[in-house]
Amino acid sequence: MDALFLAEVMLAGIGSGALYALTGVAFVLIYKATRVVNLAIGEILMLGGYAFLGFAAGLGLPAIAALVLAVVTGGLLGWLVERSLIRPMLGESPISVFMVTIGLGSILVGLVQLGWGADPLRLPEFMPATPVFIGDAYLAPKVAVGFVAAAVVIAAFLALFRFSRSGVALKATAGDQGAAYSVGIDVPRVFSAAWILACATAAGAGVLVGAIGGISPTMGVFGLSVLVVVIIGGLDSIAGALVGGLLIGLVEALAGAFLGGEYKLVVTFTLLLLLLMVRPYGLFGTHEIERL
Amino acid sequence: MRLAGRDPILEVERVELRFGGVKALSQVSFSVPEGSITAVIGPNGAGKTSLFNTISGFYRPQAGTIRFAGETLDGVAAPERAARGLARTFQNIALFRGMTVLDNIKLGRHAHMRTNLLDALVYWGRARREEMELRAEVEERIIDFLEIQHIRHAAVGTLAYGLQKRVELARALAMRPRILMLDEPVAGMNREETEDMARFILDVKEEWGTTILMVEHDMGMVMDISDHVVVLNFGQVIASGEPRAVQSDEAVIAAYLGAGDVGEIARRIRADAA
Repeated sequence: MDALFLAEVMLAGIGSGALYALTGVAFVLIYKATRVVNLAIGEILMLGGYAFLGFAAGLGLPAIAALVLAVVTGGLLGWLVERSLIRPMLGESPISVFMVTIGLGSILVGLVQLGWGADPLRLPEFMPATPVFIGDAYLAPKVAVGFVAAAVVIAAFLALFRFSRSGVALKATAGDQGAAYSVGIDVPRVFSAAWILACATAAGAGVLVGAIGGISPTMGVFGLSVLVVVIIGGLDSIAGALVGGLLIGLVEALAGAFLGGEYKLVVTFTLLLLLLMVRPYGLFGTHEIERL
Repeated sequence: MRLAGRDPILEVERVELRFGGVKALSQVSFSVPEGSITAVIGPNGAGKTSLFNTISGFYRPQAGTIRFAGETLDGVAAPERAARGLARTFQNIALFRGMTVLDNIKLGRHAHMRTNLLDALVYWGRARREEMELRAEVEERIIDFLEIQHIRHAAVGTLAYGLQKRVELARALAMRPRILMLDEPVAGMNREETEDMARFILDVKEEWGTTILMVEHDMGMVMDISDHVVVLNFGQVIASGEPRAVQSDEAVIAAYLGAGDVGEIARRIRADAA
């Protein structure tokens, strides 16, 4: 076997894994703070890609401004969804809330199709095109940029939660909402903040994913792989999303290269099944997590 | 009465709380004298926990006013009430799972900490000093006081029930409360644990000067340590006063033992059936 080829496949795998991890962090953030399994995360990611397209190609803004605006759009959407759809569902069964997010996903797909049509589109080029070599192994520049961006954002999140009082508030809310509220933590604000941060992150990830592979209304299926990532990592663990994302990225890339593209999902989901049999709460998750 | 001269720290005035068509609290009025131990008692479903949740800001009453230290609490959210000095524990223990005892207790100070992330970066010294002061107070005063030194680094989930209740009390004390609300502090405890908790509650009142408002089912303990008792039944205050007076109140006895004689009830049932 060619070592160089293997190295390149693995690099590409880690690159796409970083985007899984980033989206996974968005998912975990919402679950940790509000115990809501947000199945619309893939569609919010898609919307991020389209928002970028709208700002960059539609309004002709520079790429960096379009990126910032796409992230802001994601954040606004998160705020709106939390206030209008999720908060009224407070206290309802987790399954109901989960269904609301599925409905939200369908609505977002429909809206995007109304606005931009169903065909795949390409985002305007905004990333450097200089090939990146690590040793002798070639790495597509977009994948490298995506990796670096994801790594920076995830590191920022980890630092924020470890060293700031927001992290304490999030951890306390995740531990017991009533207790958190009673010791002076503004739980509704934690909910809002989690949705805003998570959806902004997902929208940003959407721009990166779209820049690499193009955008289409069906790119929300990316969220399906992310679901595998967070289940493997543990629904409420940010570190778990990181490890799970890189792992799934690697496994998919290796399966695609050595078994053929059609085996990617088979291998991933087999891995998921096996892991769930051994550790039903994921690699790093809280043991008493509820099952859906 | 011993406490007659003191100003009330908490005044509940004609509070109404409904869930749909169900009246949980109707026209509830009473006041808690500063420095007292006031107990709210009543049969199951009388509205005691609803009352607690209303006072701590978890529920919003449809009518009525609650005043704390002379200021109204209308429209004040729970976190702000906590910052003003209203601390509580829960009937079903509400601790932060996955954290240690010490971290749980320190979180009680959250509402009072002034340092935020920016401060922590810019004024490293102040953040550090605040943390040190907090640690000293929590460790020397609260943990020693409640006799939980040996478990300070244990995860709360692993502790026995009685100890978890004690950690919850410790967290509430870390909030430097002016009034401490305890929802069934000795529920599910054995005799010895109950006596320990009663002693802690009395000591909190004596040493901290904290006013205590508690909901409790253990009549022995309520009569032993409270200065003032409020009796709720079907969401209404049916009696209030000194423990001894309340104990011999006809309406209270009827609420606890059921009204009327057995023959009367039997006749009513027969009449309904006919």
